[in-house]
Amino acid sequence: MATVIANQQVAQGVFKLEAEGQFTGKMGQFYMLRAGERYPLLSRPISIFNISGSRIEFLILEAGEGTAILSALKPGDPLELEGPFGNGFTLPKGKTAFIGGGIGIAPFYYALKEVPEADVYLGFSRESYMVEEFEQAAMGQVTVDVGGVILDQVDFHAYDTIVACGPHPMLHAVQRKQAESGTQAKVYVSLENRMACAIGACLVCSVKCQDGRKKACTDGPVFPAEEVVFQ
Amino acid sequence: MIDTSCSIAGVAFKNPIVMASGTFGFGKEYGALYDINKLGGLSGKGLTLHLKAGNDGIRVAETASGMLNSVGLENPGVAAFLQEECPRWESLDLARIANLGGNTIEEYVEGARLIDEDAAWRAQAGRQAVDMIELNISCPNVKAGGMAYGINTEIAREVVRQVRGATTLPLVVKLSPNAEDIVGMAVMCQEEGADGVSLINTFSAMKIDIYKRRSMFDNLYAGLSGPAIKPIALRMVHQVCRAVTFPVMGMGGISSTEDIIEFIMAGATVIQVGTHNFVQMRAGEQLVAGLEAFMEQEGISSLDEIRGIL
Repeated sequence: MATVIANQQVAQGVFKLEAEGQFTGKMGQFYMLRAGERYPLLSRPISIFNISGSRIEFLILEAGEGTAILSALKPGDPLELEGPFGNGFTLPKGKTAFIGGGIGIAPFYYALKEVPEADVYLGFSRESYMVEEFEQAAMGQVTVDVGGVILDQVDFHAYDTIVACGPHPMLHAVQRKQAESGTQAKVYVSLENRMACAIGACLVCSVKCQDGRKKACTDGPVFPAEEVVFQ
Repeated sequence: MIDTSCSIAGVAFKNPIVMASGTFGFGKEYGALYDINKLGGLSGKGLTLHLKAGNDGIRVAETASGMLNSVGLENPGVAAFLQEECPRWESLDLARIANLGGNTIEEYVEGARLIDEDAAWRAQAGRQAVDMIELNISCPNVKAGGMAYGINTEIAREVVRQVRGATTLPLVVKLSPNAEDIVGMAVMCQEEGADGVSLINTFSAMKIDIYKRRSMFDNLYAGLSGPAIKPIALRMVHQVCRAVTFPVMGMGGISSTEDIIEFIMAGATVIQVGTHNFVQMRAGEQLVAGLEAFMEQEGISSLDEIRGIL
């Protein structure tokens, strides 16, 4: 059990939730968050945005009732955290690009602690957020797009490793661009599937892959882009 | 001295708390979180004769006090289960239940025969991995068969009869609340020589994505579980317990010690916990401790004192 120490709105429907406690996690991993004992029933999987000292931070997009409850938390409120879960990003080799779409930007802020030299591409549909924080943390280029297609800004031949996180249509486009460009770069996608158990027992987060079904929670959420069969 | 033990067809349960099929994998993941040997038993992920990839699309959605799932019986198949999971199951100290589904009677029978054969082979070496088969005639997510067998008593009779003939292992039949007559279904299972029934599986239910103007689930309907179904499950367990003389495993939305007591009072011999595993990851050990504390506090020394009292 942790305690909320801040919850700040950073854009329309987007909140930065901070909790106090000793937490660990690798870049690209997530925690299961819940703020009520019985309701909502299921905890919500949320990427680590940052861990520093005795605080952990998450970016919450108010997408439904569950995330609305997390968005409404006040300092002093209890917050139950289980984790960290998932495979996370493997340490990228060579020149690296991080591509975040919308709330999919969240894991890359934490990843910059380990890979500060990476170039960062942040795409938003209506309104940008956390851009200044990214600019301060990044040693490489930070490219921002609002309302367009962030992928158009990324030269897939300019990198050795590309990691993308965002909505499924964007990740599907990343996979197509990888194939069409013929890039030699290793390309990874981080999926944001619905989950229940988070430990690989319930199979509701199943991902269709070239070699059968995988679990987003334990085999992922990060997969080589070419492995995933997008529907 | 508190005694929480119970037994079904000679299979000992150190307490009545069993983890429900489909919510607990084969026990490995939760076994890494806490000592699952504290539990009365576990029912493994529903098996089919052959590997099954399960349903495409969204597989889970939260609803008021419940959840919908549309996993579609994704599982590695009976042979892979026997080979890959059973060596670990041999060393577990709780009632180990293999949950068996199928699309055709032939698949059910062949699946049961394989499990039975494997049990006989292990027994020769003094080992055991599966204590009991839970026959799933009620999964609502499989288009061909599945629920079809769980709806009509006379159609289900043939499956139960043939599976009963294919195994000497203790056999319980998991019933669907979507059955035309769940009490008649349970009575039929007793007539056909099953050792008990477990109920209820999920309710066939629906959610529509109003912006996409289509069902949220590729398989159209999904299975509703969780606290929302508990009062109906309790009523069904009570009705069935009054109509049969063999043991009943009660389940449906159980998420507290008080819920467990209700199902026992309604007549259940043991209970199963499903969705609550997702609400509290260590639900199993919490409920075991909670039940013991409750019995102590209420001066109940054996569950027999309160089982089926109304």
